[in-house]
Amino acid sequence: MKKKGPLYALFLSLILLLPGCSSIAVLNPKGPSARTLSDTILLSILVMLGVLAVVYILYIFVLVKYRAKKSNEGYIPEHEEGNKVLEAIWIIIPIIIVAFLSVVTVKTTNEVENVAADYQDQTPLVIYASSSNWKWHFSYPEEGIETVNYVNMPVHRAVEFRMYSFGTITSLWIPQLAGQKYAMSDMLTTLHLSADTEGSYIGKNANFSGKGFAHMEFEALVLSNKGYEDWVKEVKETAPKLTEEEFKGLLATDYLGRKTYSSTHLEFSPPPGDHGEHMSGGGKEMDMDNGNQEHQDNKEIHPSPEPSSGTEFDSKPDPEVDQPLPSSPVDESTHEGH
Amino acid sequence: MDLDKFKVHGEPLIYGAMISIALATIGILVGLTYFKKWGYLWREWLTTVDHKKIGIMYILAALLMLFRGGVDAMMMRLQTAAPEMKFLDAQHYNEVFTTHGLIMILFMAMPFIIGLMNVIIPLQIGARDVAFPRLNAVSFWLFFMGAMLLNISFVIGGSPDAGWSAYFPLASLEFSPTVGNNYYSLALQISGIGTLITGVNFIVTILKMRAPGMTLMKMPMFTWSVLITNVIIVFAFPVLTVALAMMMFDRLFGSQFFTMANGGMDMLWANLFWVWGHPEVYIVILPAFGIYSEIIATFSKKNLYGYTSMVFSMLIISLLSFLVWAHHFYTMGQGAMVNSFFSITTMAIAVPTGVKIFNWLFTLRKGRITFTTPMLYTLAFIPIFTIGGVTGVMLAMASADYQYHNTMFLVAHFHYVLIPGAVFAVIAGFHYWFPKVFGFRLNERLGKHAFWWIIISFNVTFFPLFFLGLMGMTRRMYTYSEESGFGPLNMLSFVGAVGLAIGFVILVYNIYWSTRYMPRDTTNDPWDGRTLEWATHSPIPLYNFAIVPKVETRDALWSAKHENIPLYTDTKYTKIHMPSNTGKPFILGVVFFFLGFFLVFSMWIPAIVSGIGILVVLAFMSFDKDQGYYIPVEEIAATEKKLMRGETV
Repeated sequence: MKKKGPLYALFLSLILLLPGCSSIAVLNPKGPSARTLSDTILLSILVMLGVLAVVYILYIFVLVKYRAKKSNEGYIPEHEEGNKVLEAIWIIIPIIIVAFLSVVTVKTTNEVENVAADYQDQTPLVIYASSSNWKWHFSYPEEGIETVNYVNMPVHRAVEFRMYSFGTITSLWIPQLAGQKYAMSDMLTTLHLSADTEGSYIGKNANFSGKGFAHMEFEALVLSNKGYEDWVKEVKETAPKLTEEEFKGLLATDYLGRKTYSSTHLEFSPPPGDHGEHMSGGGKEMDMDNGNQEHQDNKEIHPSPEPSSGTEFDSKPDPEVDQPLPSSPVDESTHEGH
Repeated sequence: MDLDKFKVHGEPLIYGAMISIALATIGILVGLTYFKKWGYLWREWLTTVDHKKIGIMYILAALLMLFRGGVDAMMMRLQTAAPEMKFLDAQHYNEVFTTHGLIMILFMAMPFIIGLMNVIIPLQIGARDVAFPRLNAVSFWLFFMGAMLLNISFVIGGSPDAGWSAYFPLASLEFSPTVGNNYYSLALQISGIGTLITGVNFIVTILKMRAPGMTLMKMPMFTWSVLITNVIIVFAFPVLTVALAMMMFDRLFGSQFFTMANGGMDMLWANLFWVWGHPEVYIVILPAFGIYSEIIATFSKKNLYGYTSMVFSMLIISLLSFLVWAHHFYTMGQGAMVNSFFSITTMAIAVPTGVKIFNWLFTLRKGRITFTTPMLYTLAFIPIFTIGGVTGVMLAMASADYQYHNTMFLVAHFHYVLIPGAVFAVIAGFHYWFPKVFGFRLNERLGKHAFWWIIISFNVTFFPLFFLGLMGMTRRMYTYSEESGFGPLNMLSFVGAVGLAIGFVILVYNIYWSTRYMPRDTTNDPWDGRTLEWATHSPIPLYNFAIVPKVETRDALWSAKHENIPLYTDTKYTKIHMPSNTGKPFILGVVFFFLGFFLVFSMWIPAIVSGIGILVVLAFMSFDKDQGYYIPVEEIAATEKKLMRGETV
């Protein structure tokens, strides 16, 4: 997978056939994790085009050559039982292809499940990402800050997202930075990513979660190290503290714009145990009868969604929004605020 | 009682649906009374235990559901045709995609296949009926009532809205407080029990009722595919039964199997659902492979290439289908090890599937290929399904799936697998076996018109979705912004969907036109077939075969026609034992419908009464002393004489 030039050329020529799709996010990666996935996808496309070519050539050949026509009228084909050698060939070759792709899969799956090779000497920046109704809460335990519906990260830094949910299963996905992973109420999932280009990327929930699902997007902004530090400092100085009261209010609201706080909800509402503990049962915080009680407690104030009354929510922004709602996460104008 | 919960508010489309359902019902009732057809309907259809009639009813119901699911599909594609469309709101869209999935898989594809199975399997194995004819009627009426229960949800109380996979906790009472998912658990449960019974019935039929001489390795490929499918049904459906019961307990009685608190596990639902749901995909696709095998052999005038490897590939697929369910949630944080295991098992399915593709291509080789309508669908299946297959391998790679999961790429893939793999197959099978059942062919010219509309539009509809997925469009989004750039390709897809709709309308018009104008087929074997179903009359007499055929080769009829291996060695008719019609399966279905309906709305007393009603009907059925009847020799002789002359009976 080192020589990607021809792969890109081939794929580009394919996509250029379709006007209007110059921005294929998945194949336009901006970090090592997404790049691994993009390379894997391009490689698999190439192998699969080869398979398709073999089938299509054979298909066209037999259809053209053996179609019923005047010249072969009355021809009754002979009985043909099969051929052990031929059948063995189309068993063995696919096995080889599958074996090859399996090796690639196992290797790349391990790669993206861990910190990228170039960043292994760093301690990852931990960001807890939790979802509630149609919002994302991002908590930075190290910095002691929290944001709602946007996440800022420093460039060239290993980032470890720890995801969970206050309700339905959601899936955190920033296509240009990494593949998605589910956020669930009863366990913590981990996503490693890092960005090597500054910029604003679309993040979204990729798993259907009810009425407001289509609007559950957020901006993932990758800043320079300096820019990130300045932002953290500014937040600590200017943003209000996130009180338990305030947090319950956030959970109870269906839709929100951006919000910023100078403390996290992790202090009074710890996340569930991670998958390993959950499955082994050896975790201290997690027991199957009780779950993580404090995490569970928050769900009690989490309201059921109202029966649908239309789609007017996108036209009425929350009055408390203290930062402008971007019309699109990639909207350039929103960068200036940071 | 609170009548308010029955109402669905404020949707002109739903009011329209209500009115049309009411008008159609009144129309049918008035029509039946006016033409004095109540007795005919009861005697000939509602009480029938004849596998052919049950098959026809399955197919009719499936066609009806194809249009219901098709209208859902059109509404979805219209709603997403352009950014910020205001045709449907979020709630309505969620209900539409949920029921589209449920209806197309469970109430269209599967019953269509079970319908063809019912009509053809006893004929292909030279049997007079299925092993348990009355149980077969029970299966049909349970399926039908389950389907009706789901369909009324749209106008009474609200449809399920948590996706066809109904993941918890979204499908729980907390997040889906309407009755929609109650309908889900009960409608699927009732029809699922029917399917499970079918599974048992057909395994016994195929294993015990084959014509003398037909060893397992001499069975036609469609029969093989159906046998394997039914084994999958018997292993997979109990899981669904249990999962749906747990879901019902969670929603109706406050148990906490899948809740967020008190030890409930949302993942448990996902696991149970897909342990059934993945094999379910093969339940609809394996019989399609069987249908294609029959058609390819017939229209290339050759026996099937590599019969043994075809059978073994299906057996291996059926085994693997139970080992891959976790690929539906690679992104659930189950770790690299588990994901790698499921990646490899999933990709392994490509090997036996590839074997089948190449065997079909080599069946065509050195054949004499005629391009009839059923053959066209079969030939179109090969290149299109291969695209579905290779994208399936791409999705099977766990790492890459982190980028495809839940996106339109996935939606494109499974439509590329299921539409050629199941829908084209049932249409092909429908055209192929239609003259056997009704005694005349469908019009070829209209058939080909419909074919080209469907094939071209299919690709226009679904190919753009691969790109939308890679661009980051997730599935089940009811709207998107202009800036996302998803607009143009979605519009293209909508244009394709309109073409598909036109194709299906032509297909149905063809049925109407052919019924009126096509000449009767007097040969009983219009396609120069190879297997036993073409050895009896068209339309098929009640007893299928006056004399039970003897089988010596795989393509028994072909051997009889071309190698002088006689099918019938007996020459004398003997009296034939037939089961009597019974209304009990229909009544059982109706009572199940009411039980389901009352449970949906938690109306306990009527529900308990219905439950007792079911036990009463079952008791009556088990004490039924009706042992059937004999068709006397004279009657068989008379019928055969008439049929030989080309008259209908």
